[in-house]
Amino acid sequence: MTDTISVNGQQHTLPSDPRTSLLDFLRHDLGLTGTKKGCDHGQCGACTVIVNGIRINSCLTLAAMHDGDEVTTIEGLGTPDNPSALQKAFLEHDGFQCGYCTPGQICSATAMLQEIANNWPSDASESLEGEMAATGEEIRERMSGNLCRCGAYANIVAAISEVAEESA
Amino acid sequence: MTVHFKQDTPDDSNRLDGMKQGVLGKSIRRVEGMAKVTGTAPYSAEYPIADCAEGVLVTSTITRGKVVSIDKDAVLSMPGVLAVIDDPAMTTRAAQGTADEAPQQEPGTVCYWGQPIALVVAETFEQARDAAKHLPINYREDPSAPLDPQAVEAEEQEDETVRQGDLDHAMATAAHSVDVTYTTKGHASAAMEPHASIAQWDGDKLTVYASLQMLNYNISELADALGMEEENVRLVSRFVGGGFGSKLGVSEDVVAAAIASKEVGRPVRVVMSRQQVFQCVMRRSETTQHLRLAADENGKLIGFGHHALVSNLPGETFAEPVLQSSHFLYGGENRDLMLEVARIHRMTAGSVRAPGEAVGMPALEGAMDVLAEKAGIDPVELRLKNIPEEDPEEGLPFSSHKLAECLRQGADAFGWDSGPRSPRHTCEGEWWVGTGMASAARVHNIAEAKSRVTLKADGSAVVETDMTDIGTGTYTILAQLAGEMLGLEPAQVLVELGDTKNPRGPGSGGSWGAASIGSAVYIACKAVREELGQRLGVGETELELKDGKAASGESLVSLLDGNDLSREGHYEPGDIKDDFTASGFGAFFAQVRVNRFTGETRVDRMLGAFGFGRVLNHKTARSQCLGGITWSIGVALTEALEFDPRDGHLVNCDLAEYHVPVHRDVPDLEVVLVEERDPAASPIQAKGIGELGMCGGAAAIANAIYNACGARIFDYPMTPDRVLAAMPD
Ligand code: FES
Ligand code: FES
Repeated sequence: MTDTISVNGQQHTLPSDPRTSLLDFLRHDLGLTGTKKGCDHGQCGACTVIVNGIRINSCLTLAAMHDGDEVTTIEGLGTPDNPSALQKAFLEHDGFQCGYCTPGQICSATAMLQEIANNWPSDASESLEGEMAATGEEIRERMSGNLCRCGAYANIVAAISEVAEESA
Repeated sequence: MTVHFKQDTPDDSNRLDGMKQGVLGKSIRRVEGMAKVTGTAPYSAEYPIADCAEGVLVTSTITRGKVVSIDKDAVLSMPGVLAVIDDPAMTTRAAQGTADEAPQQEPGTVCYWGQPIALVVAETFEQARDAAKHLPINYREDPSAPLDPQAVEAEEQEDETVRQGDLDHAMATAAHSVDVTYTTKGHASAAMEPHASIAQWDGDKLTVYASLQMLNYNISELADALGMEEENVRLVSRFVGGGFGSKLGVSEDVVAAAIASKEVGRPVRVVMSRQQVFQCVMRRSETTQHLRLAADENGKLIGFGHHALVSNLPGETFAEPVLQSSHFLYGGENRDLMLEVARIHRMTAGSVRAPGEAVGMPALEGAMDVLAEKAGIDPVELRLKNIPEEDPEEGLPFSSHKLAECLRQGADAFGWDSGPRSPRHTCEGEWWVGTGMASAARVHNIAEAKSRVTLKADGSAVVETDMTDIGTGTYTILAQLAGEMLGLEPAQVLVELGDTKNPRGPGSGGSWGAASIGSAVYIACKAVREELGQRLGVGETELELKDGKAASGESLVSLLDGNDLSREGHYEPGDIKDDFTASGFGAFFAQVRVNRFTGETRVDRMLGAFGFGRVLNHKTARSQCLGGITWSIGVALTEALEFDPRDGHLVNCDLAEYHVPVHRDVPDLEVVLVEERDPAASPIQAKGIGELGMCGGAAAIANAIYNACGARIFDYPMTPDRVLAAMPD
């Protein structure tokens, strides 16, 4: 037990109220409001962050469960002066409208491309084994936990595909 | 200085195409986009206000009756709890769009299951949520709450009724006739950002950061609810995480936060839970629609009938305007249209993206497909044959009309096969594959709007208005518009939106935002140009501005001579509103696969072609169309509000149970923008595009389902159970 959590490389003390979700801890206690709350029930993906390299819904987990963990939020992926490749691609392809689902989409896509690189299969994969590729159908399946009510899906997939191709 | 322009006649001067900067209409990136992709754009719950307490709404678990008592003491002793508020000024419904006055108040009187009745305020969100869950409430129930729209006597909306000629006779004598009844389920806006407010008092001055679409109206609604003067109220909505109608009117969180903040003497934040957003803001009414089409042997309509039944709470003025485009889309001299409202105690019905056409068009365009089949005419051809010369009811000219172009260009781009059509022509493995199409129409709305444009001494510009950008692209198109007029790149134009300290815009709703506020900015820019022209000794119409310089070579900076130059534009639609029927038009084409064993439908590809006046930014306009088409997929296949028949409560009140389209439901979509200038739509010759993209699209999918597998379905959404039940053996 260290009672600390690393967020975007900075150490923070875990909250004293055990009811505090990781999402509320980030948004409220740390003021990292880039991570969004769309449903608080694991149904929309707006709260997606990366914990120890894996994407999770931060509303579905309590902050207290992340003793010693390393969390990356949208603020840790890039800044207006130094955006990540996916952040730039979303901007270029207009992969958003209202922008509320966007940090979740970008965090999710960042980790999702790594999952493909690690050859983890999905429902859209032809086989459970072997090389996985970032096809449109794979991206759509793997991103289906991130809802976008503005309906920017076609542009989001275009943005992710571009980054996947560049890094392939 | 304010310049007022009331538009009584079409504006053919087409000034914008003569400007030199060349940025309007271009496909440029959103100017606020970097803030959104990096998570640095603040939405309403996210302002770092010191010492902010947290409020959680408590909602009713009865349908109709009175709150007899609330045992506040039971929770006031819980850790961190500051107050339990049940002030009679709290609002119990969201205001309808453009209401301009407080919605229903008095939380002690319950009219629907899920209605807010109290607010618990505590130091932290966790404490407030816990206390809200444990607040004991005693009710006196009124058991007489009608819940079924089919079981009550409906009220006719008389201004919607049209009776011309003799439709019964036309139906009886027509070469081809169609008489069908469609149903559609209720829909939720389900904007991704839940409604949220932070209220803060400074003496008798109130500021609320809220997630709202129409600040110009919301400020009156809030002031009225609190019995305050508007000048003591400020609303801020710089970033809105989607609205789709649900944030048109002031919502319950806004008024509750304001009252609570006054009571506890600290800022208070109230964020609705996702379930509360579903249950106490707005639903789109379910509809039952009776369509009658009578055509001669060539497929030309001689009779047109459309009756619709919708529902709402007693006392609500809004009735889903199902017939809106039916009044003018197709000809037919014998007409019979009627809209009725059933008064029931389900939650408030109000605007959800494209109120009216979103459900009226899928029914009408489904019926048109039935007619095309009966008459043996290609569905595209049938629509082309029935485009009226003028409004078939009012006799008014159309401001512009691009339906034919959209049908032709859309069919071309999609590769539409106009040969004979019969179901089950293609089978691939387990899947029947077919195509379908539908027309799109959405009335053009426009409203009064004000904006200030300032040319700064350093040669940059600022545009100010309380208009909102709910994802529609307002920040960007106004930067482009002002840049075009003033000879600046959009990056040199700072657009300040979403604050009632600025001149009042129309708000975002009914797709009227861009054309209305754009016209105010256009008028302000023209006034700035006039002044610049005078300084240069040329008329405004001769003035050429590009890259911060006049054609003569003089720079804006030197013309301004160290001073700012500011003008306010005030646009008001005049006679053009009454002299024309104005609408956006379009066409949808879809290819679907239907599983022959499970009845599941997948959309393989979909295309929309749209004509909606001047395109202000190709990128953001296309995105609006993509969003609309995506919603069409939801309407066609998955979206349905389900109400408990015993107490009328909305059962599927979250994003797991109410099925909005997800990534894998949406294929590559194609959008064709059919450019036009509509001089009678607005001074900038633009119409709206936020809603047109979903007005009819569901029918293209429904018609494709029929073409694929032979299941002709009259109930939306077309879920697998319904498809299977309708599929021929
Ligand atoms: S807020 Fe966590 S999934 Fe919706
Ligand atoms: S951009 Fe608005 S919900 Fe995705």
